[in-house]
Amino acid sequence: MQTELLEQPNTPTILPIETLQVMPMIKMSARNVDAFFGKAQVLHNISLDVPANKVLAIIGPSGCGKSTLVRCLNRMHEVAGGTMAGLVLLDDRDIYKEDAVRIRKRIGMVFQKPNPFPTMSIFDNVAVGLKLNGLATRRNIGEVVERSLKQAALWDEVKDALNKSGVSLSGGQQQRLCIARTLAVSPEVILMDEPASALDPIATAKIEELIHDLKKKYTIVIVTHNMQQAARVSDLTAFLYMGKLIEYDETKKIFTNPSIKQTEDYITGRFG
Amino acid sequence: MSFVVSASQTTKVPVATSPKRHFGDVAFKYTTTIFAGFVLLLVLLMGFEMYMQAKPTIEKFGWSFLTRTVWDPVQEEYGALPFVFGTLFSSLIALVIALPLSIGIAIFLSEMAPRWLEPPLSFLIELLAGIPSIVYGLWGIFVLVPWIRISLEPLLSRHLDFIPLFRGAPYGYGMLAAGLILSIMVLPIVTSISRDVLKAIPQTQREASLALGATKWESVKLILGDAKSGIFGAVLLGLGRAIGETMAVTMVIGNTPSISISLFDPGYTMASVLANEFTEATTAMYLSALIEIAFLLFGITIIINMLARLLVWSVTKK
Amino acid sequence: MERNKEMSIVNENIPYHFFRRKAINGAMLALCAVSALIAIGILSLIFFYTINRGASYLSLDFFLQMPKPVGETGGGMANAIVGTVILIGIGSAIGLPIGVMAGIYLAEHGNNKFAVLVRFMTDVLSGVPSIVAGVVAYSLVVIPTKHFSAFAGGVALAILMIPTVTRTTEEMVRLVPQSYREAGLALGIPQWKTTVQIVLRTAFRGIVTGILLAVARVAGETAPLLFTALGNRFWSTSLDQPIASLSVFVYDYAKSPFEDWNNQAWAAALVLIILISLLSLSVRIVTRNRFSSR
Repeated sequence: MQTELLEQPNTPTILPIETLQVMPMIKMSARNVDAFFGKAQVLHNISLDVPANKVLAIIGPSGCGKSTLVRCLNRMHEVAGGTMAGLVLLDDRDIYKEDAVRIRKRIGMVFQKPNPFPTMSIFDNVAVGLKLNGLATRRNIGEVVERSLKQAALWDEVKDALNKSGVSLSGGQQQRLCIARTLAVSPEVILMDEPASALDPIATAKIEELIHDLKKKYTIVIVTHNMQQAARVSDLTAFLYMGKLIEYDETKKIFTNPSIKQTEDYITGRFG
Repeated sequence: MSFVVSASQTTKVPVATSPKRHFGDVAFKYTTTIFAGFVLLLVLLMGFEMYMQAKPTIEKFGWSFLTRTVWDPVQEEYGALPFVFGTLFSSLIALVIALPLSIGIAIFLSEMAPRWLEPPLSFLIELLAGIPSIVYGLWGIFVLVPWIRISLEPLLSRHLDFIPLFRGAPYGYGMLAAGLILSIMVLPIVTSISRDVLKAIPQTQREASLALGATKWESVKLILGDAKSGIFGAVLLGLGRAIGETMAVTMVIGNTPSISISLFDPGYTMASVLANEFTEATTAMYLSALIEIAFLLFGITIIINMLARLLVWSVTKK
Repeated sequence: MERNKEMSIVNENIPYHFFRRKAINGAMLALCAVSALIAIGILSLIFFYTINRGASYLSLDFFLQMPKPVGETGGGMANAIVGTVILIGIGSAIGLPIGVMAGIYLAEHGNNKFAVLVRFMTDVLSGVPSIVAGVVAYSLVVIPTKHFSAFAGGVALAILMIPTVTRTTEEMVRLVPQSYREAGLALGIPQWKTTVQIVLRTAFRGIVTGILLAVARVAGETAPLLFTALGNRFWSTSLDQPIASLSVFVYDYAKSPFEDWNNQAWAAALVLIILISLLSLSVRIVTRNRFSSR
């Protein structure tokens, strides 16, 4: 049943890359998002657009609500017990009116601490999303795993050890494994919540390089407290402070000529 | 009743810097050490005492004590097989019934229940563990056994009598009653340890699977995969509990030393033969045979508990 | 071509599969909730029957009268209530000092191999069937003294109390913040005095909790008393004589053919359940206050 369906040529849900390059379109947008934990309000009236095939960096001092904002974008905020108000659109459709499970498949997430499944092999860690979503067939699974690991720049390091446990890898490798795991289900958007903060500089550089490659095919939102990192990897930067969106502009502009004083103070290290 | 499964990380007590330690310190440390050692000694003492008292039958029957089916105090012929069989069979029934329920409840408690509901619900489950065995037995005699005799067994034999498990006269007292009551009694311990084990799995694991587009249940299944050795430990602890359970089983199992596959037939367990016959044991051999059964029970439960603790520790101690 | 292959994976148009997953998800989660309901249902059934059948036979006589001879109705179980208290008293007198001291050792000096072994064996000991504790007490006390006695029953209960007390004492002493110990030592107080006067005083409520837990565990124990304390239809408070207990009383009366006795068994069971529920509840309250005040 599934295989039959898979073999049919079907309508792609991602727009062809060529189109996107000509006409940048808005992949996701947040409209007047408020987020709460219990009674405490963490985000205040945030609105921003995420263009397709760009990297958006969200920066700000710790506790400013960066993580909460990205977790609102794939409905992980509610998993942590929070509530939110406002609209989050993916391809102009409200994700809070769709099924959370389907949304999370389309909007992948990489977490702060690498979290491969400890009881699974490297291969299974990558294949698990595919299996869960019922998209795995005997024919495609090996291919997808290989391709995902290649995309995550991990293939050469692990291709001879696919049966080893995922947690046997180094921290940086584990994080790339988690990225491969996310890529395997072919998401349209990838959210990264401080993906390199637990890693050493070399591993961080690798992840940054990877982000650069991945934006050709995916839309990426990355949370970081590291301003140099934001400057290096992103096209657009949003500065969040105390749960409010202070400034949102092209990265170049934010880091060279911010229009708001608070942003400038933060960028130049005067606070935070 | 809380089931304490793991010790928190050991705290380092600062050592006094003066080279000559205070006399009181040394004395205090050694006093507590002696008491700690006493706990250790107690386990050994228990084993040793029972071994010494059981020596006559151990020497007379050797390993055949385990395989003989005769239990005849008049002829001084003793074999423990019917009791061993009854113990294992009733415990097995209990686990088959209790395991899915316990894991379901543990999942409900750790993954689904709203934060305000979990503590009172856990408390009720623990209350179930606190009810004395004798009260379960009383309830078994007057509520469970009549229900089994009048409703459950006729129903089972009407529809499932092609399975040998469900053949025989609906008597009420028997393996089925013992298995059911044991399943209620092991449910709390399997539940609360499984819950602890599930809770020890980091939240990031749940988020990882959900972020891949897993449904809640699929995410729970992955978590169960991570927790399986700990849950196996919980099952073993439940088994240990079932094997040693005495009063409730004695009151409903029918107390007949026979070996039968039918759940409707009465049986006997190691613990219940002790409860019934210990005060009647008039000859040295009779007493020795009973104490040997206690010794076996001790050995089996010690081994099961050791395995179980090691498994649970391996998961919750990380 | 390469892209096409990818597209075949990005297939959102599998409603059948998706709805099946959602259905399984709903069904399994519902089953988990139902399991919880079943457990609560069973608990209520047991409480319902015990209260329903026991409450009407609870009267002042029940607490103050002695059991009546066979054939006469009425009477109470004053001797069994006193017997249970005495048995718990003996068990505590033997078991608590050992358990508390061993717990202190594990918490304060418990980072060596010996302590790991003790901790492990304590856990294992808590899994030993209670009837085995009875056999051991029989062999240690009844055989040498050649008769059943309250003391033998107390020994059996002590064996059952030790692991609970040891482990909760350890946990509670550990909860005392390290800074308290350091504060004491910094004042020049010897370590053992710091432990006794500062650490134990702070952990006192927690240790009491452990003791209550242990008492709750043994209060309803029957199996270890059957052939140690035996039971007694007459008034006795002598440690050297067989002694009555509520739990053995329930056992004897439950098996009896007289309906009046069966009813009294339910009443005694109700007393046991109330006693144990109160103990558990007070433990709950003591521990909750403790953690919320921190």
